[in-house]
Amino acid sequence: MITIQLKFFASLREALGAEQALSLPAGSSISAARAALVARGEPFAGKLAQGRAVRAALNQQLAEESALLSDGDELAFFPPVTGG
Amino acid sequence: MPRVSIQTEDFDLSAEVAALRAGLAGVGAVVSFVGTVRDRNDGAAVSAMTLEHYPGMTEKAIEAMVDQAVARFGLLAARVVHRVGPLLPLDQIVLVAVAAAHRGDAFQGCEFLMDYLKTQAPFWKKEDTPQGSRWVDARVADDAALARWGIAAGNAAGEAPAS
Repeated sequence: MITIQLKFFASLREALGAEQALSLPAGSSISAARAALVARGEPFAGKLAQGRAVRAALNQQLAEESALLSDGDELAFFPPVTGG
Repeated sequence: MPRVSIQTEDFDLSAEVAALRAGLAGVGAVVSFVGTVRDRNDGAAVSAMTLEHYPGMTEKAIEAMVDQAVARFGLLAARVVHRVGPLLPLDQIVLVAVAAAHRGDAFQGCEFLMDYLKTQAPFWKKEDTPQGSRWVDARVADDAALARWGIAAGNAAGEAPAS
């Protein structure tokens, strides 16, 4: 098992909280982490369901959902960005 | 001076540009962009706005953008200031200022950085309107702006980019 630190921002932070730890089988991808959260039910299911516009950053870099996670990683989920 | 600042305080365009080009006798062109808070957006009156960001990632993401802009357009100096926290209409939100030998590179470098920042830097705007507060939606037009530079943004589309 690995444990990663989750962070949420903007509308996802309001619904899901700012951060929490998540344990997953070794070799899990970002999409597996997202699926594990969706499997918890609401409010995660609605906010992170496939098809929702959710972006991910792994260790503070934008990442594709196929990226693999390692113990101690920081994984953030957030809506499309709107700065500037 | 740092190239990137994320701050709640306002900034002074003249002071920033003076610091940017201080001592750089090779500079022949300075271009700056200032983004400000409008009092209307998407058909609703906006009375205030709050900008959230991802501390740590924001600075790294913008530093990487500046590196790219410097390499791509031969910029001699660049500066990005982005405010966070509560803001009001008329307030300044963002400054991008670049210096180059010639104006073509300076104009392009500034626009490139701004296009990049709009779709790849982790900021989120929440607006207060008469109907309540709402998170601003990402615009497909901003992805298109970055695509002109040959970079796929994949920010505004409904689902995450194909992986």
